[in-house]
Amino acid sequence: MKIHEYQAKELFRAQGIPVPPGEVAESPSAAAELSRRYGKTVVIKAQVLVGGRGKAGGVKLAKDPQEARQHAESILGMDIKGLTVNKVLVTEAVDIAKEIYLGVIMDRASQQAVIMASAAGGVDIEEVARDRPEAIHRLTVDPLYGVLAFQSRALARELHDDPAVARQIAVIIEKLYAAFDETDASLAEINPLVVTPAGEVIAIDAKVNVDDSALFRQGEVEAMRDLSAEDPGETESRKMGLSFVRLSGNVGCIVNGAGLAMATMDLVKTYGGQPANFLDIGGSSNPDKVVTALKIILGDSSVRSIFINIFGGITRCDDVARGLVAALQQVEQVPPVVVRLTGTNETEALDILKQVDITTAATMDDGVKKAIELAH
Amino acid sequence: MSILIGKDTRLVVQGITGRDGSFHSAQMLAYGTNLAAGVTPGKGGGRFEDRIPIFDTVRRAVQETGANTSIIYVRAPFAPDAICEAADAGIGFIVCITEGVPVKDMARVLPYVRSRGSRLLGPNCPGIVAPGDKVKVGILPTAIFKAGSVGVVSRSGTLTYELVFQLTSNGVGQSTCVGIGGDPLIGTNFIDILQMFEEDSETKAIVLIGEIGGTDEQEAAGFIVKNLSKPVVAFIAGQTAPEGKRMGHAGAIVSGASGTAKEKIEAFEKAGIAVARIPSEIAPLLKKTSSAVSG
Repeated sequence: MKIHEYQAKELFRAQGIPVPPGEVAESPSAAAELSRRYGKTVVIKAQVLVGGRGKAGGVKLAKDPQEARQHAESILGMDIKGLTVNKVLVTEAVDIAKEIYLGVIMDRASQQAVIMASAAGGVDIEEVARDRPEAIHRLTVDPLYGVLAFQSRALARELHDDPAVARQIAVIIEKLYAAFDETDASLAEINPLVVTPAGEVIAIDAKVNVDDSALFRQGEVEAMRDLSAEDPGETESRKMGLSFVRLSGNVGCIVNGAGLAMATMDLVKTYGGQPANFLDIGGSSNPDKVVTALKIILGDSSVRSIFINIFGGITRCDDVARGLVAALQQVEQVPPVVVRLTGTNETEALDILKQVDITTAATMDDGVKKAIELAH
Repeated sequence: MSILIGKDTRLVVQGITGRDGSFHSAQMLAYGTNLAAGVTPGKGGGRFEDRIPIFDTVRRAVQETGANTSIIYVRAPFAPDAICEAADAGIGFIVCITEGVPVKDMARVLPYVRSRGSRLLGPNCPGIVAPGDKVKVGILPTAIFKAGSVGVVSRSGTLTYELVFQLTSNGVGQSTCVGIGGDPLIGTNFIDILQMFEEDSETKAIVLIGEIGGTDEQEAAGFIVKNLSKPVVAFIAGQTAPEGKRMGHAGAIVSGASGTAKEKIEAFEKAGIAVARIPSEIAPLLKKTSSAVSG
C-alpha cells in the first residue's frame, strides 16, 4: 500500500526526523492561507501516489499568498500519470547546499532490509543505480540487531565530510530504519535529504510503501489509505478478497490464481487482443466472488467481451458456474462471455452453464481466441 | 528418485483440524502420502479420520511418529511461529502454504530456519508433488500429473496446474513438480531446485515457470549456463503487467525498469535457454530440446 508524501512525513516527524513545517490544502484559498501563516516562501506539492510529480509540473515555489493561490489552482485537478490531484502539500521552502539520497528497502536477494544512500541525491535514484552504481552505498541490516551505531556512523561519513553534519545524518539513518521497521514498510525513502547552507539536515521529501500482508497489524497506516486516489474497482475487489488491476483494453478477464491471470492477459495480447484487466478471484472461490468480479468488470464501459478462465484445483468449477449464472441473472447488458473451466466438478459446471447464454471453450488458447473475436 | 520428497517422507500437518488443513490432509492421504501426524495446539490426543494421531506440538509429533517433513496451513499471523516450531523440532523439510505472511516476519524466520539446518519451501506456495512415488505435500490437484522425467519449478499455483496439465495432455510426464511460492522472501529459490534437478537421475529436462518481480529468474538464467547439463524450457508470466501494481502475488510487482517479463525473457534468451512465448509452446519445445522426454 502506498501513502502520500504528507502522510509519510507525519510518520517521519513522529520518529524525530527533521521535516519542514507543512500542511495539506484542498483548495487554492486554503493554500494561500497556509502561505500567509508561514510568512515565507513555500513549496506547493501535488499529493498523488505516483513518482515524477516535479517533471509533470506538480511542484512549484510560491513567494507569497497570491502565488500560492495561483499555483494551487493550477496543480489541484491536474492529471499526473492518470491520477487526479485532489490535495497539495504547502510546506516551507528550504535552502539547499547539498542533496542526499537515503532509502530503506526490503531486499529480495539478501532477504534482509538494505539501507541505500548516495551523496548524489535529488535525482532519479534508479538512474544513478544504472549509470553510476559505485555512487550508491549499501548497508545490509540484520533484523535481529537493527542498525548498529558504528554502521550508521560509517555510512553518514561517506555522505558528508563535515563531522557535525554527518552526526545528524547518522541519527536520521537510524530513525528512518526505525520508521521502516515499525510500519512494516517495503520502502521508506527520503529523496532528497537536504543539507542547508547553515549545516542543518532536513528531509524535504518522503515516500513510504507498506507491505499489504502486514496491514492486519498496522491499523494506523491502514487508516491513511486514500480511497479517492484508488480505482473504485480496486477498492471494491480488495473488500471482497479479490485482486484487481485495471488496464486499458477491451477483453475483460476473470481468472483463478495470479500467475494464470497474468498468463491469460499475456495470451490475449499475443493473439492480437487487449486485456482490460487483471483479476484473480483467488483459490477457494465462492459464487459471491464471481458476482463481484463480473460487476467490477462491467463497471468498465470499454469492455466488449469477457473471458473466464478457471483451472479448478481447489476451486470447484461448479461453484464458479453457479456464481456466474447468478451474476448473469443480476446484471443487465452483459457483453459476450466465454468460459473455460477445467478440473474439479467440470462436468457439473458445464451442465449448470447450459442455463445461460455463454460460449464455452475447451482450452485456454481456444477461449482467448473466441473472446477476442467477440470483442471486435 | 524425486527431489525433496519421496517414499521416505513422513509428514506432519500443522493446522490439521482447520478447514484447509483437514481438506488437504484427506487429499494427500488419498494420493498416497505417508501422513504420520497432525498438530493443532490444544487438540493433542485426538485423531484425524480416526487414525492419524494429533499432537499439541511438533516436537511431540516428531518424537512419537518420526515425522521428517511438515506442511503448514495455519493463518498468516501464526505461520512464522509454526515454521520456527517445525525447524526447532528437527523437521528437515518444511512446506508453508499460507499466503499473506508479512515480509518482515520472513526476514526473521529465514535465518532461524537455516540455523536449525532445515529447508523451507514457500510461503505462499502450492507445495510439491512426486508423481512416480505418488507423494504430495501441498495443495496441487493430483489428477493432472503423470510420472515421467521432466522437473517442473514455478513461482505460481494455478498457472503451474495449467502448464502441467498441458504437459500431461501431450504425453510428457513429470519427475517432481515444485512450487517455490509467489512472495518476495522465500525459503527455497529457483537455483536451489535447479541444482537438485541437475543431481536427480530421474529428471532429464526442466521447465521453469517465472513471473514479473525481482531478479530470481535472471539469476537462474546465469546459474543454468554455468551449472546445468540438462535442457531447460522457461516461461515467464506478466508481459502485459503495468509498472508499480501488485499482480496478485506479493512478489509480482514491476518496479521501475526492474523485474519486467521482457528483462527476464531476454536473460534466458541471452543464455541460450528456450523460452515458450505461450503456454502451449512448452511441450513442443521440451520435445525438441530433449530426446529423453517421452510423448
